[in-house]
Amino acid sequence: MNPEIYTLRINGTSREVRDAWIGESLLYVLRERLGLPGAKGACEQGECGSCTVLMDGDAVCACLVLAASAVGAEIVTVEGLGATADTVTDVQYAMVQAGAVQCGFCTPGLVVAIHHLLDTNPEPSDLEIREALSGNLCRCTGYGRIFDAVSDVAARRREEARR
Amino acid sequence: MSLGTRTRPDTRPGTLGTSALRPDGIAKVQGRFAFSSDLWAEHALWGATLRSPHARARIVRLDVTPAWQIDGVETVITAQDVPGQPTYGLIIADQPVFAAVGGSVLYAGQPIAAVAADHPETCRRALEAIIVEYEVLEPLTDPERAIDPATPPIHPDGNVFRHQRVITGDPDAQGVVSVEGTYEIGMQDQAFLGLEAALALPDPGGTGVELYVATQWLHEDRKQIAACLNLPEDKVRLVLGGVGGAFGAREDISLQVHTCLLALRTGRPVRVHYSREESFYGHVHRHPGTIWMRHHADEQGRLVKIEARFVLDGGAYCSTSPAVLVNAVTHAQGPYRCENAVVDGWVVRTDNPPCGAMRGFGVVQACFAHEMQMEKLADACGLSPVELRLRNAMETGDRLITGQVVRNVAPVAQCIRETDALPLPPPLPRDPDVLQLPGGTGLTARPGNVRRGVGWGVSIKNLMYSEGFDDYATARCTLADGVATVKFATAEVGQGFVMLAQQIARTVLGVDEVILDTIDTQIGSAGSTSASRQTWMSGGAVDAACRAVRDRLLVETARRHGRREADLLVEGTDIVDADGTFRLAVVEASQGLSLSETVEYRHPPTQELDENGQGDCHVAFAFVAHRAVVDVDVDLGLMKVVQIATAQDVGRALNPLSVVGQIEGGVAQGLGLAVMEEIVVTDGRVRNASFTDYLLPTALDAPDVVMTLIEEPDPLAPLGAKGVGEPPCISVTPAIANAVRNALGRDVHRVPMRPQDLCL
Amino acid sequence: MSGVLVPATLAEAVSALAADPAATLLAGGTDVMVETNFGHRRPERVIALRGVPELRQWHHDRDQNTVRIGAGVPWAQMEQGELAALVPALAQAARTVGSPQIRAAGTLGGNLGTSSPAGDGLPVLWALDATVELVSAAGVRRVSAHEFTTGVKRNALRPGELIAAVEIPVVTGWQAYAKVGPRNAMVISVVSACLVLDRPAGTVRLALGAVGPTVIRCRDTEQWLAGQLDLRTATTVPADVANETARRVSAEARPIDDHRSTADYRRHAVGVLGRRLLERAITS
Repeated sequence: MNPEIYTLRINGTSREVRDAWIGESLLYVLRERLGLPGAKGACEQGECGSCTVLMDGDAVCACLVLAASAVGAEIVTVEGLGATADTVTDVQYAMVQAGAVQCGFCTPGLVVAIHHLLDTNPEPSDLEIREALSGNLCRCTGYGRIFDAVSDVAARRREEARR
Repeated sequence: MSLGTRTRPDTRPGTLGTSALRPDGIAKVQGRFAFSSDLWAEHALWGATLRSPHARARIVRLDVTPAWQIDGVETVITAQDVPGQPTYGLIIADQPVFAAVGGSVLYAGQPIAAVAADHPETCRRALEAIIVEYEVLEPLTDPERAIDPATPPIHPDGNVFRHQRVITGDPDAQGVVSVEGTYEIGMQDQAFLGLEAALALPDPGGTGVELYVATQWLHEDRKQIAACLNLPEDKVRLVLGGVGGAFGAREDISLQVHTCLLALRTGRPVRVHYSREESFYGHVHRHPGTIWMRHHADEQGRLVKIEARFVLDGGAYCSTSPAVLVNAVTHAQGPYRCENAVVDGWVVRTDNPPCGAMRGFGVVQACFAHEMQMEKLADACGLSPVELRLRNAMETGDRLITGQVVRNVAPVAQCIRETDALPLPPPLPRDPDVLQLPGGTGLTARPGNVRRGVGWGVSIKNLMYSEGFDDYATARCTLADGVATVKFATAEVGQGFVMLAQQIARTVLGVDEVILDTIDTQIGSAGSTSASRQTWMSGGAVDAACRAVRDRLLVETARRHGRREADLLVEGTDIVDADGTFRLAVVEASQGLSLSETVEYRHPPTQELDENGQGDCHVAFAFVAHRAVVDVDVDLGLMKVVQIATAQDVGRALNPLSVVGQIEGGVAQGLGLAVMEEIVVTDGRVRNASFTDYLLPTALDAPDVVMTLIEEPDPLAPLGAKGVGEPPCISVTPAIANAVRNALGRDVHRVPMRPQDLCL
Repeated sequence: MSGVLVPATLAEAVSALAADPAATLLAGGTDVMVETNFGHRRPERVIALRGVPELRQWHHDRDQNTVRIGAGVPWAQMEQGELAALVPALAQAARTVGSPQIRAAGTLGGNLGTSSPAGDGLPVLWALDATVELVSAAGVRRVSAHEFTTGVKRNALRPGELIAAVEIPVVTGWQAYAKVGPRNAMVISVVSACLVLDRPAGTVRLALGAVGPTVIRCRDTEQWLAGQLDLRTATTVPADVANETARRVSAEARPIDDHRSTADYRRHAVGVLGRRLLERAITS
């Protein structure tokens, strides 16, 4: 196997990847080589959204990105949305408050997808929320609390903007 | 609800009855929570399993030397490398760690060998290099043939895991009206998102091993692992790795023995992660079944007799099949009064994928059949689905067909009435958004193609384990310097027990800071996170341990402050005297003290069933009603579940938001079984082992869920609360099927309902 | 020395492919990476096309009245805006592909390259008589969409060629795509159909997906309909014509039984879709 060497832009920082196998997905590289295990693998085929990351502003499945081909793209993971060890983003806060987190496996992917939704469509209707999140499977919650969390954030941001 | 006389409960945040937030919530939303697949160790190897592609075969030859020769492979193991017991199992240890040369493969996906290597890709290549010569045999796939004693056994233990009759009253009783049907339930999969993952760390010298694993029952795993590894149990230490959902699929051993064995053989940490495809092969599924039922009723629609024949396909190995069957046959009458019953049930061994525990555990299958029957019976009697059920609704003190008296709160009629009272959704608008129509963005339907139907399902569900099983849970509470620490081995799989444990401690002890110790085998067993039992059992254990600590604190406080111990109690976060003359913060009172109590909580014993299925075999029962509103595309057989209304008997909502989450999540799983979830098996082989074709409900499939929680605290439950995990996924399935039946005017006999079943 | 090349122009991509015709072409990755993750494909040398700007552009040629869509334009872009207005059936098909995450990455070029019998864009290309533009070091080759897919996961791509664009005529009239699946999101088509009613030309074109090894054009039904209705002006469809349309469409399908559905259901379902799409087209 010819080992790969390349540099990726992750959460605003350049990260070098060495000795990688060419077939590794971005999901694998994030989790196993770059110490960013936030994105989760639950299907490896883009059918569950647990690995959702932002790539040049688009929400994509990291399992479907060949890591070595992502050079030059700006990648943002759940770890790079603005939370610190002691703080969380408004979306993350709302998810906890709304009871939208049970096992939590789908949660990081959902958090990224929700951030992406609200950044591109700040006032989504109920149906728009559902369609935007239709690529993120959740097996525990049945989605009801998740929809509430999204509406809560949208309402709160609307309030903030008004002030 | 009574905490005895020693605590006056308040409603401060984080206590019982409030919607306390999860302690692991922040870590989960940040992506910092460590699931078992996130765990790693220095110099860890990757492990992977070779599985049989054949449903039935004899292994003629197995040559692993080509795998050993691949650069990066550290070890290859097979059956001959298992140092202890070669088989494992929850009830009967009939499942081999690896199928052996000269031995049989009984299901497609059965493990043959495992490898440890430096990279998952190396593992894949190593597995491909292993040479296995199979003599492929004709698989036994028809459960009826498995029942037939003339069919040769495919395993020395025989083809029947269990046969159980339930006969009560007058077997020849007849009703004025009778309806019958044969109902089929497909093989559902738990499909938790957090794929199987484990990390095993071998002790130096291989004298023991530490295993981090996502599982439902640490101690049961340990028992089976230790036996296979030929190690004493205290040398096999299990720690709960973060669990990404379970729903029954983690009750059986999957990767545990393999991972430990690879670690012990290499002397290095080993991580095993299943892919989604392997996960479908690697764990048990819900028993598919065929159930014939005949209901007899009098002219008032009151049940006179129930006849039923259950055939559940347990697949290749025993797992919990006998218990699933008992659940199914003992719940055949549903939450209704019935004096006479002739029920016959079989669960059998075939070369189909092994089946075992899945949320609902046999009652899902029984409930589908009896609720489709009840709606048919309502039509035959000229009664509404609600009225027929109300006339038959069970009450506390009524008897099951097993002879067991239901001593719990049994608000069946209330569940039905409260559900009925929930408003129906508005009709489909004249110009709906495409997403409101069956078919959604597929643009298949216009409103004129759609008919709406309403259907009902009502269920009874046993809580905890049955038939004399010694079910218990252990918990330790420690109070030191104002901080409470709670330790238990209760597997948190997402259901929120970690949250509940804190709530209990805060309420009973009057402290706000409650630390949760590591969940591992360094304390006694908590039993399985299944059977809707942990709130009752582990909650009961934590509650009892906290009370014991509280009582000792009160004794100590009395001694220190010259009070009468019997006069003291905890009120909010203070210790007070009954007449209000003394008040001392609990935090202060516990300074300089370290009080620790460990409790094993048990429920009253249950009995085994006799040969006629008579016996008090269950511990307790919960009840629920569901009403479904479904829009159906009549020509294409596609559907949109518009609304689910439900009233559930929860005893007491210890965390209302969490209960809502369990109900909505359970409804989604029941909807999955009704509409889209099925492992398709042909000649013993799985045809759809991926999320492309094993379909879970998405955000666009989720209905509006409206609910009423029926809170009549159960005096038999330690916290007044009944388990809420399973009821939401049980009667919702027939409710949806009945709604489709109502919309189309034709009977539904199977779930999942495939489009071709509805429109051809 | 990387096995993954990320060319910055189409010319670079073409010469890289000419130098190494066995290299794996990678656009959105929504098919190639699934195979790789499952161990069914082991890439050794990859030419990643996401950085090639020419592949990610589309253009409306008003003189020719065609739309030329670069093979690397993601589905998400086809769902909205001016492009959606020009090719509404393609926008409808795009909206049904996978999930939002898949639509942000997956491409029409990938859909063609994979040539699955159930590919969502393919019935639209067949119904609109689109042309596929292939480019190699030898130059540009144009193949009709019908000739491009040749069988199950087989197509007319030659070694050294990559799909550069698809050219689709803009039609005055009505067009739509419909897809049957057992779930409201993320489904592989059980059956699909695209109907195009070209009012000025007085023709109807109907293409079916997932009921044959490749897309099926219902030429028999199309011809028959032209004799039943004046397609330039008709605003109603008599019931017997609608029913016979369903029957004929069903007869032209060649579905199979598989783990997703049965041949009987698929045959029935395309008939229903054909009738419904015709009625919507004529009465719109």
